[in-house]
Amino acid sequence: MSILTYIAGWPLLAALALIVVPRDRQKTIRATAVVATLISAVLAVKMFAQFVPGVDGYQFEQQIPWVASLGISYHVGVDGINVGLILMGAIVAFAAALCSFEIKSREKEFYILLLVMTGGILGAFASLDLFFFYFLHELALVPTFIMIGVWGRGENKNFATFQITLYLSVGALIALIGLIALYLQVPADVRTFDIPRLTKYFAEHTMASGAQNFIFPLLLFGFGILVSLWPFHSWAPLGYGVAPAPTAMLHAGVLKKFGLYGLIRIALPLLPQAAQSWAHVIAWLCVGNILYVGWVAMRQKDLNLLIGNSSVAHMGFIFLGIASLNLIGITGAVLIMIAHGFLAALTFALSGYIYQQTGTLQISELGGLCRKLPFIGTALIMAAMAGCGLPGFANFVGEATVFFGAWGKFPVVTILALWGALVIGGVYMTRAIRNVLHGPLPEKWNVLTAVTHFWRKLPYAILLVCLLVFGFVPKLLTEKINPDAEKIVSQATAEKLVAPTEISGARP
Amino acid sequence: MNASLMTLELCVLALGVVLLLADFWMPAERKKYLAYAAIAALAGLLLISFSGQGVCSLGGSAFHGAFANDALAVFFKRFFLLAAILVLFIAAEFSGRIAAGISEFYSLIVFALAGMLFAASANDFAMLFVSIELITITFYVLVSFQRGKLQSLEAGVKYLILGALSSAFMVFGIALIWGTTGELNFTKLAAVAPQFVGSQIFLLGVLLVLVGLGFKIAAFPFQIWAPDVYQGAPTPTTAFLAIGSKAAGFVLLLRVLFTAVPSVMHTPAFTNLLIIISGITILYGNLCALPQRNLKRLLGYSSIAHAGYLLLGVAALSANGQAAVLYYLAGYLFTVLAAFAVIAIVLQNVENEDISGLAGLNQRSPLLAATMTLAMVSLAGIPPLAGFFGKFLLLKAVLEQGATYHGYYCLAFTALVGVVISLYYYFNVVRALYWSKEPADLSPIELSSPAKFFIWVCIAGIFWLGIYPSTVLDPALAVAKSLGL
Repeated sequence: MSILTYIAGWPLLAALALIVVPRDRQKTIRATAVVATLISAVLAVKMFAQFVPGVDGYQFEQQIPWVASLGISYHVGVDGINVGLILMGAIVAFAAALCSFEIKSREKEFYILLLVMTGGILGAFASLDLFFFYFLHELALVPTFIMIGVWGRGENKNFATFQITLYLSVGALIALIGLIALYLQVPADVRTFDIPRLTKYFAEHTMASGAQNFIFPLLLFGFGILVSLWPFHSWAPLGYGVAPAPTAMLHAGVLKKFGLYGLIRIALPLLPQAAQSWAHVIAWLCVGNILYVGWVAMRQKDLNLLIGNSSVAHMGFIFLGIASLNLIGITGAVLIMIAHGFLAALTFALSGYIYQQTGTLQISELGGLCRKLPFIGTALIMAAMAGCGLPGFANFVGEATVFFGAWGKFPVVTILALWGALVIGGVYMTRAIRNVLHGPLPEKWNVLTAVTHFWRKLPYAILLVCLLVFGFVPKLLTEKINPDAEKIVSQATAEKLVAPTEISGARP
Repeated sequence: MNASLMTLELCVLALGVVLLLADFWMPAERKKYLAYAAIAALAGLLLISFSGQGVCSLGGSAFHGAFANDALAVFFKRFFLLAAILVLFIAAEFSGRIAAGISEFYSLIVFALAGMLFAASANDFAMLFVSIELITITFYVLVSFQRGKLQSLEAGVKYLILGALSSAFMVFGIALIWGTTGELNFTKLAAVAPQFVGSQIFLLGVLLVLVGLGFKIAAFPFQIWAPDVYQGAPTPTTAFLAIGSKAAGFVLLLRVLFTAVPSVMHTPAFTNLLIIISGITILYGNLCALPQRNLKRLLGYSSIAHAGYLLLGVAALSANGQAAVLYYLAGYLFTVLAAFAVIAIVLQNVENEDISGLAGLNQRSPLLAATMTLAMVSLAGIPPLAGFFGKFLLLKAVLEQGATYHGYYCLAFTALVGVVISLYYYFNVVRALYWSKEPADLSPIELSSPAKFFIWVCIAGIFWLGIYPSTVLDPALAVAKSLGL
């Protein structure tokens, strides 16, 4: 058994076990969820440490045939692209389980859904089989809808649930059509859902450009809806605004990266010609994410909507990295995916804590919270700084790398994106800090209690530490991402690259 | 002539007669348990059919080819036996609400089963018509069995009128086919049909036969009866209509389309017709299900939508499409019967079978609530349950044909729209189970042990097909290959 099976399997097993635990044993239920995600996280760290960069092919592979007649098999493995994502996903899941303190009703169902979501998404990232890749993502997606619908907050809850369900189901199904169409491009006798074999096949036999131009938009927009690509982003801020904090952490942090991962892993190497002809479209759409959604974020009066919009804006940088179709750009995109995972989880966890304490996230009603909640306040300031790309945090490394990668190909877009990252991002983040954390403390908030308990502080601390570690030592990631990103780029551009630039030099 | 091929059907008919006779000397309060005797007998037949010898063994045809016992027939015979067994469980749970003649109710179910078994083997238009009539006429009685209930009688009359009308169309179609070609046997017809592809009268005949079958499977535009009849009929009847009668329609459809008139099917006009009917059926069923509050009516519309999904596989005109239909029906069997069993048990005392009757079910009986949730989630097509893999196979089959004809892409997108719409009303039911406000009745529900057994069989089936699809998919592919194209 591969370690990857255990990483994704423990949460699922724990979810099964929780079914038989009586619902009044809340402590047992909580402990089971926390321990299961902790085991996953520890195993993921171990896997990350044992991963050997630059080895050809996948590591920790395991393959079990499932439906032989269709060429579906349970196949997991990691290379430089998904090793970091799995690490990030497992750590965020652990933090989310710790943050689920705030859930006070129907805990049993909540933790079961949380664990299913965790297992599903970690499995999807580890999967090297198209069918399981989709299957496990869908398994993780459905609990999101239920969690938002049942444990969501605010009066917009029903509308937001409805919207997010509709958008994400449509996105996932469009992507499914694209994936099936891709599978059907292989002649009937060698058909397989196995990603490595498909990649190999299409490296040897180029797909007809008509088919490529049919399938690529399906994948781009199907996955794009899942990642809140502008103009299909409107589900995201509202959905995250009403979602309970652990759900928002897992979805915005981890689950959302599935679509981006799918584009990098499947769409670029398998559909190279279409990828090149669509790169301009992606680049200009991402301006919508970065500038338009950035402006929208500036006008928000609710802290969660602001964070939600900023998270949509950050997706733009990843799309820009993908659109640049070169080694630096793709490496940067993967870096931001990981960094943003930690960051989104951290900010939603913090806003969740503030909401739980104050019962509101209207920025105008908050203020001076740093005085009463020094730990939360400091963490939020650091998260905001990471969000506007301050050196020292992992986001800076990724964003800078993406800009270097994109400059040569899309100078205008890069300038606009820089403006969005440095100025617009800076404005709304610093404004939020001033209005929420600094200034006079309204009388009514004198009752707030700061976090003192170690277990309550732990999730925020872990996520901050991860942001800082990968911010100061990006080499941990880049040395793993680089060789495999190079492979993907060489397939996507079908011409040999110039010697790769030393990216880890972008260290602050 | 080899009449021994019909042993299975004869056994089932004999069982029906025995059940009727048992009515004479069985004390009234014990009649309920006749269902378990019938279940035991049918389970025995099912086991024998899997043993590879005896009543359901492969091979051969009887009555000059009118009765074929091939792979497709054997697959569906097992399917129908299983369906009847599970429906009898529901009927036993429901027996308290049938005022008189419960043993007749059981025996009518068994007679309908016999009709379905004959339908699975029908390889001749005469056989097809007789088996369909055997099914439909028993269902006229089954639908209106709650004689004291106005709705049940109304449903019976509606089913009778529309059923008779569609039978008339079908007979007319068969007459036209026979008149032009002089053949009733499917295999012989297939040999001569290519000469008649240009004949308008022959094509009209085929079309009218499809009208009759479209009525059985409740495909647009012959679906009008479904919601009313589903709502009014006693729940076990509705369950058997939803799975048995629909599957019988599909086995005959597959036979007629792919054994009798494959040459006609491959004309662009008929391909388009199938695509359009499938697409409209999906949209109609799903859109009309949205505002429904009555659970059985909702499942009636959802069964129209599922007929549309199943037609995807037929419209694909490929072996993979046929295999997908067989797989989907197998998943649908467990799912829909689980749902109807929950309705039969929970809504015993609720007059109007409104969704709100399910409120608080997770406190009254967690097992039943979980079963209903699984059924709805599987119908909506969410992994890892049977419904997801079935929809995946159907979509794959349709997209496979997309390269040759682009209309299939439109069909696939229509199916997607349908799936997304259906999420809303399926999740509405789930919401009523767990999160409805102020449930009126919180008395716990005691399950009888046969009911528990039944529920666990359905749950196991839903999961098994989703997690180990090969167990049904491989036989289904083998069947589809043997059916040829």
